[in-house]
Amino acid sequence: MSLLEVKNLVVEFPNRRGTLRALDDISFAIAPGEILGVVGESGAGKSLTGAAIIGLLEPPGRVAGGQILLEGQRVDNLPYEQMRHIRGRKIGAIFQDPLTSLNPLYSIGRQLTETIQTHLPVSYEEARKRAIGLLEDTGIPAAAERIDHYPHQFSGGMRQRVVIALALAAEPKLIVADEPTTALDVSIQAQIITLLKRICKDRGAAVMLITHDMGVIAETCDRVAVMYAGRIAEIGPVHEVINQPAHPYTEGLMAAIPDITVDRERLNQIDGAMPRLNAIPAGCAYNPRCTKTFDRCKVDRPDLMAAGATRAACWLHESGGVR
Amino acid sequence: MSNSRAFVQAHDLAKTFDVSVPWLNRVIERRPRQLLNAVDGVSFEIEKGKTLALVGESGCGKSTVARLLVGLYEPTRGGLTFDGQDAHAAFKTPEGRKLRRRIQMIFQDPYASLNPRWIVEDIVGEPLKEHGIITDSAQLKQRVGELLKSVGLSPLDMVKYPHQFSGGQRQRISIARALATEPEFLVCDEPTSALDVSVQAQVLNIMKDLQQKQGLTYLFISHNLAVVRHVSDEVGVMYLGRLVELAPKQALFATPQHPYTRMLLDAIPKMHDTGRQRTPVSGEVPNPLNPPTGCTFHPRCQHANDRCKSQRPQLLELRGVKIACHAVEEGRI
Repeated sequence: MSLLEVKNLVVEFPNRRGTLRALDDISFAIAPGEILGVVGESGAGKSLTGAAIIGLLEPPGRVAGGQILLEGQRVDNLPYEQMRHIRGRKIGAIFQDPLTSLNPLYSIGRQLTETIQTHLPVSYEEARKRAIGLLEDTGIPAAAERIDHYPHQFSGGMRQRVVIALALAAEPKLIVADEPTTALDVSIQAQIITLLKRICKDRGAAVMLITHDMGVIAETCDRVAVMYAGRIAEIGPVHEVINQPAHPYTEGLMAAIPDITVDRERLNQIDGAMPRLNAIPAGCAYNPRCTKTFDRCKVDRPDLMAAGATRAACWLHESGGVR
Repeated sequence: MSNSRAFVQAHDLAKTFDVSVPWLNRVIERRPRQLLNAVDGVSFEIEKGKTLALVGESGCGKSTVARLLVGLYEPTRGGLTFDGQDAHAAFKTPEGRKLRRRIQMIFQDPYASLNPRWIVEDIVGEPLKEHGIITDSAQLKQRVGELLKSVGLSPLDMVKYPHQFSGGQRQRISIARALATEPEFLVCDEPTSALDVSVQAQVLNIMKDLQQKQGLTYLFISHNLAVVRHVSDEVGVMYLGRLVELAPKQALFATPQHPYTRMLLDAIPKMHDTGRQRTPVSGEVPNPLNPPTGCTFHPRCQHANDRCKSQRPQLLELRGVKIACHAVEEGRI
C-alpha cells in the first residue's frame, strides 16, 4: 500500500478578480522507502504541492478539491491542532534555507529535545540522548559538545544537517524536502544527498524531494514527476524520464540542461516562458511553446496517460502509440 | 609564459579586505586588526574572442576577481593589463572613461541590477548618454531598439518597466545595457544562476551568438561546472582566493589534475549515469580568516603530506596545464 496518496489535488488562491488555480488535478503516490522527485521551473507548483501535503498552505491558498491520504487516512481536511501532531510526528519537513528553519535564539539541543518531547513520551534525559544520536547520525562531528551550540555557530552544510536531524526527530514516515541542497555548495550538496539517501534506506522513510536540479534527481530518486503550470506533465521511473522522455516539455527541458559529460555547441532552447496562472491557455498548457502541437492540443486538456515506460499528459500518446 | 596575443592579462592580482572590529573594541578588548585575503595572487590571460571561466565554491574569491577586473575594487597588489595598457592606472585618469567603455559587467541577479523605476529605454540608454556617445533622443531610441533586438527582445519593449518582464528577459535587458557602449570585454558574474534551466539555455545561446558576431571576450564566473563546460575555452578553478588549476576546457574535464578539481567534478550530480556510487566528499571550505598553512586544500586532501602542510604550492606549468599542487609536481598522483 502507498504511504502517501494524493488524489486529484486542486489548490486555489481566491482574490478580488477571481480565483487562480495554482495546482490543477495533481495525483501521485509514494510507497514506503521510496524517493519521489518533483521537478519543474519556478512557478510550476512544486513547492505548493509540498506545502499542501504538510498542511502549511499560506492563506488565502486553500485545498479546493481532491484528497491527500497518509497511510490511508485523509489529512487534508484535519483541524489545525490535529494536523500539528501529524506534522513532525508522521511528516518531517526540510526547507531550502537552513538558517531560517532554525530558531537563532535557542541552542540546537533545545530545539531538538523540544521537538522530540512534543511528539514522543520520553523524559528530558532520554530526549537529549536521542538528540545526540540524531546529530551523530547526520554526520555532525563531536555531537555531544556541539549540541549546546547555537545555529550561527554552524556552517551552512552543518546547519542543513541539523535541520535534517530535526525533521527526523520524531521518526516520521514521510519526509518532504523542498530544495534541501539549493543553498549549498556542490561538495556539501553531495554530502547532504548521500545522507538523505542513507537515512531513507536505514529508516524506511519515504521522501518527496522537490528540486529544480535534474542532476540531483537523477542521483537520488526512484521516480520523478515533472510539473508544468500547476499540473504533472510526466511521471515515471527516473531513468526512463531522463533518457526517453515522453512529454515534449520533458524532452525540451532535458536538452536545455548543459551536461557535464557531453559537449554541445548550442543548447536546445524552449522559446517563451511558462504562462502566468491567470493566463493559462486552453487545452494543454504547454501548447504555445510546443513544437509538436496539433489541433486537439489547443482544445482538450490531456490527462496523464501511459506513454512507454512513463505516464505523460500529452495527446501524442493517446491510445498508447506515438502519432 | 607572457603571451603577446593576450588581450586581458591579470598578474598577481590580490585584494585584502580589512574586516577588523571597530577601533574602540580593538583597544578595549586588545584585539588585533583582522585582514581577509579574498584574492591572493591570481594570474591569468585571456585571448581576444575567447572565454575564460572561473569556478569555485562560495567564498573562493571569484566575484572579487570580477570586481577587480572592471575596476569596482582597487587591487591591493598586482594589476591588470588590458590591450597592452595598465587598466587600474588608466581608470584613475580622465582617459579612464574610454577604457571603462570597453569593459562592461553583467551581474547575477536581474531583479536587483535594474532600477525598478526606470523604463527600459532609460536603463539601456543610460551608458550611451553617460559616455556622451549619443545625445540626440531620436538616435538614442533607435540605438536602444537595435540593442534590444540583438538580445532577442522587441524595440516596442522600450517603454516598459522591469517588473513587466520575466527573469530571463530581465537578464537580456542587462546584457543589452552592458553591450550599449560596444565593449570588447564582458565580465559576467554568475549571469544565469538566478534563472530556470530553459531560460538559462536562452541566455547562454544569446551570449554565444554575440561572441561569434562581435568577437567579444568573456570572463565567465559560475559555480556550475556544466554551464562552464558549455561556454568556456579555458577554465580556472579557484580555492580560497587562489587559482589551483588553469587548463583548457577539454583537458580540465577529461583529465582533471588537482585533487580539488577532481573532487568538484566527482561531487556534481550527473544526469546520465543514475545509481552511480559517488566518491565520498569530505570536509568543508575552511574559514578564509584563518586559512590552513601550506596548501590551503591539505585538510581535505587524501594525498597531502608534510610538504603540503608547510609549503604553499605555486601555480606551475605541469602536464600541459597550470597547476598548484605538490603531489602532481612530485608525480604522486
